[in-house]
Amino acid sequence: MKKEITQKDVRNFLANNIVPIIFIVLCAACIPIAGYSGQYLVDQIITRIVRNSFLVLSLLIPIMAGMGLNFGMTLGAMAGQIGLIFVTAWNVVSIPGLLLAAIIATPIAIILGWFCGKMLNMAKGREMITSYMISFFMNGVYQLVVLYGMGSVIPVHSSQVILPRGYGARNTIDLLNVRKSIDNFWTFRLFANENGTGGLTIPVLTFILIAILCVIIVWFRKTKLGQDMRAVGQDMEVAREAGIKVERTRILAIIISTVFAAYGMIIYLSNMGTLNTYNSHSQIGMFSIAALLVGGASVSKASIKNVFLGIVLFHLMFILTPQAGRNLIGQAQIGEFFRVFVSYGVITLSLVLYEIRTRREKAESAKTLALSQKQEANA
Amino acid sequence: MEKVMSAIKSFGLPRLIISLFLLVLFIIAPFAGINVGASITDVLGRFGQNAIMVLAMVPMIHSGCGLNFGLPLGIISGLLGATLAIETGIPGPVSFLLAILYSTPFAIIFGWGYGKLLNRVKGSEMMIATYVGFSSVAFMSIMWLILPFKSPTMVWGYTGQGLRTTIATDGFYHHILREAFVLRIGSLSISFGEILFFAIFAFIIWAFLHTKTGTAMTAVGSNAVFARASGINIDKQRTLSVIMSTWLGALGILCYQQGYGFIQLYQGPMYMAMPAVSAILIGGATVNKASITNVIIGTILYQGIVSMTPSVMNSLIHTDMSEVLRIIVSNGMILYALTRKTGASR
Repeated sequence: MKKEITQKDVRNFLANNIVPIIFIVLCAACIPIAGYSGQYLVDQIITRIVRNSFLVLSLLIPIMAGMGLNFGMTLGAMAGQIGLIFVTAWNVVSIPGLLLAAIIATPIAIILGWFCGKMLNMAKGREMITSYMISFFMNGVYQLVVLYGMGSVIPVHSSQVILPRGYGARNTIDLLNVRKSIDNFWTFRLFANENGTGGLTIPVLTFILIAILCVIIVWFRKTKLGQDMRAVGQDMEVAREAGIKVERTRILAIIISTVFAAYGMIIYLSNMGTLNTYNSHSQIGMFSIAALLVGGASVSKASIKNVFLGIVLFHLMFILTPQAGRNLIGQAQIGEFFRVFVSYGVITLSLVLYEIRTRREKAESAKTLALSQKQEANA
Repeated sequence: MEKVMSAIKSFGLPRLIISLFLLVLFIIAPFAGINVGASITDVLGRFGQNAIMVLAMVPMIHSGCGLNFGLPLGIISGLLGATLAIETGIPGPVSFLLAILYSTPFAIIFGWGYGKLLNRVKGSEMMIATYVGFSSVAFMSIMWLILPFKSPTMVWGYTGQGLRTTIATDGFYHHILREAFVLRIGSLSISFGEILFFAIFAFIIWAFLHTKTGTAMTAVGSNAVFARASGINIDKQRTLSVIMSTWLGALGILCYQQGYGFIQLYQGPMYMAMPAVSAILIGGATVNKASITNVIIGTILYQGIVSMTPSVMNSLIHTDMSEVLRIIVSNGMILYALTRKTGASR
């Protein structure tokens, strides 16, 4: 059956996908200006997918539960970082080290997620700004623990981690012990030359982990809990009348998201190789959310497809703009400011478009309701 | 006992804790070898510097737009005014008046657009306001690099283009209000210039809220349905309140610069909304209710803690945890306000 494409369909498609379209145009314009080789770009994008997809995937479950973008994923990132700090201090190397970091991070992430979920239940209808403020607030607590507690109250004494003054973690911590240990566990080369060098390196194990998480998310939607979450996301009151424990379901959604974010952060940092103790987590929150929105997700709807499209487009822009700025105006700094502007701008644009769309839909449904009532009255 | 409990409840437990904490700090201070007179001078100076930015929260809260997390937009209007005033090269007090004059049209235009935007996203103003603030700061970071400013006090010395990250206000409006009408008693000095400047605008806002338009604005904030029924144009009132808030933000940053001595460009204004939001909440405001008293009490309490904790802590335990404490207290306060049930629908 052939569906006719009307002008209205085209307009709707454009309106619903405006953010990814802007990004595709932007990237297409920047590629020739920046002048990078295709292979370099593909290589970079593979690295970025490996690094970021786990983190971005962790955002999906709260969206399903109708809680919007979980700015509180920063909390999970903090838990992951604490795990890695301990592992580095104890000198546990490679994959066992990462596993241990995950084991340490899990209870912390569960507690933080529970706290965040409790708070968000007290602020229904403004979850996003509240989760955003929670991430700021917890950043203070995190600094208190890491900058003043470690070495003085918490017994961590490695000179690799602790500042020379005897307490407090260093600004940057070298993660040499666990650097790329997942990625290099099992690699695969594409398009290599005769010597077996060059080409693209594919870290197979990391991709398997990401694939497992995708499968879990797809499977989770079909479980009882997943169905409950979707019901809560649709309408809290209806869900409550159907016997679903709304508060508990919402808290669980946030806990799951926080724990995944903690694992995601461990994967991200092991790929990076260095930990910016006081910055990494707050940056990663913004970048993950921006990437998801660039992929065409909205506050109430996001899929795995959005995650990967988003990461590719967002990070392509990230790689291209500084070089494009340098070639175009002679200043790399403009490109750097530009990408900060784009990250914030994209979040703003998506939030605004979402609000406008929801209001229009509400108005339209009200209009049809009024119309049908009128017809009933006439009949 | 019940009376005490209800008194505490109406005063607000967090506010009580913060007031007691500040009181304890002032009691400990002399024993830690800190000059109380100088501390009070410091707190009052900070009050004069910051109070107008806190005042900028009031109109938007009244019209039901929530906390003005988009304050950076107002700050940017102020920065444009400040840089244009210095570009003219006229020194002394006139430059301060010029800065106010130049920033006004920007504040009105930006505030108008920002208000129109917020009218289309009723219900989630705060989240969007936050990101409007961030995006505008990021956008202006590009602009500061490419706008054709020429004044040698502002542009980078070696390239001759692009503004510096911090610009000194020396010779222009440095301490223009701070050093007007100063009362000195020993180590305590009270600058009535700043306090008077704040008082004028606080009075204007107070008086405005009691005019017909002001009452209409409050009606929109407290009950939009009722306001519409009585024939008030809701969107117009909201836009007006946003313009006022933005303009006060511009004035606020100018007042801040004259006391602080520097104009901070680029990423400087990024997080400036948080202290102001937190201050008015500490003063007892909620997401949809605020008064001038809240502004005054809140600014004194917030700035008191910010300036007293580092000095007292440093002399007692020789560690400066004040920055971390500031983050926890100020963001904790915002969180507290957002999770109250009385915060209604916004």
